[in-house]
Amino acid sequence: MLKTSNISSFFRRNTVPYMFLAPWLVGFFLLTLYPLLYSLGLSFTNYDFTKPDSTQWIGLDNYQKMFGSVFGLSEFIGSTGEIVRVDPYYMKSLSVTLTYVFVSVPLKLIFALAVAVLMNQKLRGISFYRVVYYIPTLLGGSVAIAVLWRKLFEKDGLVNAFLGALGFTDLPSWITNPNFALWTLILLTVWQFGSSMIIFLAGLKQIPQEYYDAASVDGATKVRQFFSITIPLLSPVILFTLVIQIISAFQVFTQAYIIGGGKGGVLNSTLFYTLHLYIQGWTYHQMGYASAMAWVLLLIIGVFTAIVFRSSDWWVSYGVGE
Amino acid sequence: MRNKPVLRHTLTYLFITALGLFMIYPVIWMITSSFKPNNMIFSDAALITTSPTLENYISGWRGYAGTSFQTFFINSLVMCLVAVVGNLISCSMAAYAFARLQFAGKRFWFAVMMITLMLPGHVTLVPRYILFNTFDWVGSYLPIIVPKFLATDAFFVFLLVQFIRSLPKEIEEAAIVDGCTKLGVFLRIIIPLATPALVTTALFTFLWTWDDFFNHLLYLTRPESFTVSRALRTFVGDAGAVSNWGGALAMATLSILPAFILFFTLQRYFVQGISTTGIKG
Repeated sequence: MLKTSNISSFFRRNTVPYMFLAPWLVGFFLLTLYPLLYSLGLSFTNYDFTKPDSTQWIGLDNYQKMFGSVFGLSEFIGSTGEIVRVDPYYMKSLSVTLTYVFVSVPLKLIFALAVAVLMNQKLRGISFYRVVYYIPTLLGGSVAIAVLWRKLFEKDGLVNAFLGALGFTDLPSWITNPNFALWTLILLTVWQFGSSMIIFLAGLKQIPQEYYDAASVDGATKVRQFFSITIPLLSPVILFTLVIQIISAFQVFTQAYIIGGGKGGVLNSTLFYTLHLYIQGWTYHQMGYASAMAWVLLLIIGVFTAIVFRSSDWWVSYGVGE
Repeated sequence: MRNKPVLRHTLTYLFITALGLFMIYPVIWMITSSFKPNNMIFSDAALITTSPTLENYISGWRGYAGTSFQTFFINSLVMCLVAVVGNLISCSMAAYAFARLQFAGKRFWFAVMMITLMLPGHVTLVPRYILFNTFDWVGSYLPIIVPKFLATDAFFVFLLVQFIRSLPKEIEEAAIVDGCTKLGVFLRIIIPLATPALVTTALFTFLWTWDDFFNHLLYLTRPESFTVSRALRTFVGDAGAVSNWGGALAMATLSILPAFILFFTLQRYFVQGISTTGIKG
């Protein structure tokens, strides 16, 4: 008797909350957990979207196809007995993306921090500048801006018109030159430092002016104050922004797709990881392989996030040391 | 000593003004170039044209494949508005449960939600595509809209949880003492008080759905169902060898108009949303 009333009260207490949670729970199971496990399973198959009936279990072949070139392989005998060609572009796509992440994220954050510190003075009209600096971030992810960017950095584009006016000659087409194409995309990312800047500015405003006053009395220079007060007190905010930016930088797609014309650009110089994944999965219908690529991406992002969090022990300070 | 801050402030103003101009120059150039005659666009760095014309807008608006940009804009607008409704309903429901209700497994589910926040979308991409294909949804807006009604944008759940937690509890407690149900509290107290966070949610849902390209590329297959971002990309083409760059710039300019309008009318919600939750971008 007591037990049933306990059970019924358990249900009574939980029914309403779970009804509120229901849409999210359905979404989680149907559109996150199930696809997550399903794609892990697919990554061990040669699933082809156009011929799902001929799907076979191929063990780690997809993974060998990705990393085979590291071990000097160009082809190997797959688990179905057929000869599998190692993906010649996988490592290229990985290195393009890693270069992009390692260059664009630090540059963007350094830029955002520098401008935020500059703007964190008692200046009139600062909110106007905050608006101006946010506009590139507001628009940056759109197809429109990617189209514009391609136009700006073409051989007869605006950038070369400027450089030409400054006396430079023999200017390349930045977009189609394999040495520069990736850098135009990095520039496009750094250009969108606005939202990081707003986050830093909000963090800077939390630092009490007394710390700086006290440091000035003790004769600390501005540079010293920046590294001893600003950076430590802002470090939790920097950590948070860094993690978000790394995760989103690994997933960049639209700009690369538009600027490379739906491909990896000249000599695959802008063959981003996600672009390569899309081409494998949707152009060549190799969705088993694309799933394996997605899982490796997940692991790479996981490892980098973990490294950043681990490293925070020695550079992020919580609370103020007296 | 008095002069020092004045000089420093002047230098700061000069620097941030120069940098600001440099930063928004490309955008302004795009807008003004869309009013230049087609043959004058290339390598003309000037912001002001001597012979402004609307020919680019007229030729661009015609679109392609017999579908005008009017269709693309209506498609984008309707799809984004439905997405906003979906996110507002589903995310606020989940956020209310996490922020205010007590239930078995709450800590566990909250942790799960926080983990999904970090999960790259690509890892669920292929199975979702297969799933939506078996539902026969590929080619329709459903693969883009339905996830919004299932609160898959954990980011907004998190934003709303943070906001609802910061609200005073007294009103709700009084309402419950007066016999108000949980649903009543949610609809009559939480929703009105959480309006600022809901506006931020609506704003970013609209903009991100409008700007999204990847899902539109995957799921929208017929030109008459294309959204603006999807259409713009086809308009420019693979090699970028379109003859009508003027039209492309004109349509690109129109495509960023909603972002501008929302930004300048609802600016404080942007800054609030970014600085309290660190919205990506």
